[in-house]
Amino acid sequence: MADRPQAYPYASFVAGLLFAAGLTISGMTRPEKVLAFLTVGADWDPSLLLVMGAAVPVHALAWMLLRNQRAPLLGGEVPDMPAPVFNVRLLGGAGLFGVGWGIAGVCPGPAIVSLAAGGGALFFVPAMLAGIALSRVVAQTPATEERLLGVRP
Amino acid sequence: MLNFTPIPALFGGTLIGLGASVLILTTGRCAGVSGILDGSLRRLAPAWRLTFLAGLVLGGLVARAIAPDLVPGLQSGAGTLVAAGLAVGFGARMGGGCTSGHGIVGNSRLSPRSLVATVTFMATGILTASLARVLCG
Repeated sequence: MADRPQAYPYASFVAGLLFAAGLTISGMTRPEKVLAFLTVGADWDPSLLLVMGAAVPVHALAWMLLRNQRAPLLGGEVPDMPAPVFNVRLLGGAGLFGVGWGIAGVCPGPAIVSLAAGGGALFFVPAMLAGIALSRVVAQTPATEERLLGVRP
Repeated sequence: MLNFTPIPALFGGTLIGLGASVLILTTGRCAGVSGILDGSLRRLAPAWRLTFLAGLVLGGLVARAIAPDLVPGLQSGAGTLVAAGLAVGFGARMGGGCTSGHGIVGNSRLSPRSLVATVTFMATGILTASLARVLCG
């Protein structure tokens, strides 16, 4: 198929709708359900494992299909695999992300979907965007990054 | 395990996987929500990122119209939500992804980085939430 990057926004809108449908139907936009998975105890709820357990093989199939193509359907590039770099950034970042996730039971996808309900998402989402912006400042300032994380970029 | 809901979890998970699949098959882009947010903060952010996020919000509005309980909104206190949001945003970008980018897209591509990240955020998430229950009841 010819390159049609002008159609990207339509395809990704459909993708976002499907993604939101999945998050809401699976209960992942209910923080107490996510916290019921993250909290060890008698009322532990393993549902989140099944959500990932279903999403991963579906996307793995898509990736297997795409991997051997020259380009995606609307043109562009088949994404490279990230280099297997294991450093303080990866472990510290993922670790801190998990702490934030465990505090409120909210990760980025459900946070954006929850904007539909107003209320608490109006605190969470701006703070999350500030965190993202801050990470860029730190990453762009090698001296800061080295001091904070001990990583030499 | 009174609250275990395997059928909606498997069905919803399949839809999440399909949404991410539509994105990568058509555009070659990864459906990592924190990465898409990061890209949206740039000047001249490509429209596909903004329409993906619009799809997420519209999906939430539709779900709320059908069954309000599915999207009850975030109920924690403002201070808790701000602290959690900062850690989630900063940590996800430092670690190169979140539950979608590493947990679903990266793991399905068998990326070793994503497997390490997923195990790490699962561990700290479980520790944090479980400690919070012990300390705060």
